[in-house]
Amino acid sequence: MQANARNLIMNETTTRTLTIQILRHNPQDPESEPRFESYQLDEAPGMTLFIALNQIRDEQAPSLQFDFVCRAGICGSCGMLINGRPGLACRTLTSKLGPEITLAPLPVFKLIGDLSVDTGAWARQMGERLETWVHQESEPDIDRLEERMDPDRAEEIYELDRCIECGCCIAACGTARMRKDFVGAAGINKMARFRLDPRDERSDEDFYELVGSDDGVFGCMTLLGCNDVCPKELPLQTQLAFMRRKMASVK
Amino acid sequence: MPASRLPARLDVLQSASGVFLALFMWLHMFFVSSILLGKDAFWHVARFFEGYHIFGKPYPILVSGVALFVFAMFIFHAALAMRKFPADYREYSAFRKHAGEMKHGDTTLWFVQVYTGFAMFFLGSVHLYTMMTRPETIGPYGSADRIVTDWFWPLYLLLLFAVELHGSIGLYRVAVKWGWLEGRNPAATRRNMKRAKWLITVFFLTLGLLSLAAYIKIGIDHRPNYGEHYVPPSIEEPLEPRQ
Repeated sequence: MQANARNLIMNETTTRTLTIQILRHNPQDPESEPRFESYQLDEAPGMTLFIALNQIRDEQAPSLQFDFVCRAGICGSCGMLINGRPGLACRTLTSKLGPEITLAPLPVFKLIGDLSVDTGAWARQMGERLETWVHQESEPDIDRLEERMDPDRAEEIYELDRCIECGCCIAACGTARMRKDFVGAAGINKMARFRLDPRDERSDEDFYELVGSDDGVFGCMTLLGCNDVCPKELPLQTQLAFMRRKMASVK
Repeated sequence: MPASRLPARLDVLQSASGVFLALFMWLHMFFVSSILLGKDAFWHVARFFEGYHIFGKPYPILVSGVALFVFAMFIFHAALAMRKFPADYREYSAFRKHAGEMKHGDTTLWFVQVYTGFAMFFLGSVHLYTMMTRPETIGPYGSADRIVTDWFWPLYLLLLFAVELHGSIGLYRVAVKWGWLEGRNPAATRRNMKRAKWLITVFFLTLGLLSLAAYIKIGIDHRPNYGEHYVPPSIEEPLEPRQ
């Protein structure tokens, strides 16, 4: 009882005041100029940036735009630059950051407003460009059970399929920042995923047609920002190297 | 029509030429630093590459040949690596802003590669052209005279830093780029490789600075006799066809 009371007092005395600078801009409004606006709030135990942003919107800035759906690092909606590095707001504890935090929208993607960007349009064009679906010569018979898959292989595919297309790897990529047509780690990882899939009948020559260029796997400069910021901790370093080796050995 | 295989070939050749040059520079530094073992040691290393120990007399043209080959590889690698340079100010400033915001080790290392690579276009060319055209001057006195009296020491000081940073960063980057030595835990391997990279840089920089200091000392002492070639006391006859 006494210990709890002491902890409570400790927590109260150590509560920090956070200053959150947010890059605000509404491209729909011709009057709007990009600017940083500063908000202060008291840090709560276990507070994530997602909670802090909601509190700011509720109490101080009702027009603040940011995206979220799941609040648990699954939907990939709340990607943003946190002190200059891409990350998910819902997975970032304020206690891991200093008392002054700077938030900005993810670069590369189309800005919707404030911290909200359109990663969906990017992911869609990437999917269409790389044909990120299983390719089969014959029409599958949907009345029959699917071919069985080796559980280890299924596990390997699932590992790469965990990508939530949050856009962090693209925003963290120096190449993507310089060259807008670069397919990025999310795209190359997708190719690696379909290459693993025994149902996909595409050969390495076919995959080369999609990523065998300087806008594809050979454009990657191995800066590994993607690997180091991926909120899902996907093995991007390994997959980029793997696809580079496979594509380089295509005759 | 199938997609061109050229991007794949160029990517492989960029890595291969870079690995060749980086490993060559390791050997080069060991040869150059033989001055730390004394004038005779370096004299023998220099004459060895002129075939003295095989033919009984030195043929500097052999060194010209090696320098020409290395120069060709150097230009080839530079041409391939330039493909990745920022193409205009927009790209440059976008990357610079990105690197500044990210504060991410490997992203910054790439910028170091661009800067050191760009510097070497000029610094490396001066050195390689000199080695190619004046191979007979390579020796304890000839090299020291070049460094001190001919004012090559500022160039070599800058070149040393550029080469040692660029080479070891490049080898690390090639290893992660192609997934070499990844092992079961790629993250741990990468950390270890990065540590090894810094140790190698520090080792070769130290060796290079000590060697440069040794040449500078010899060059200062030898200034009054500029142009005179060193002959080890054990060799009695002047060597032909040396100058």
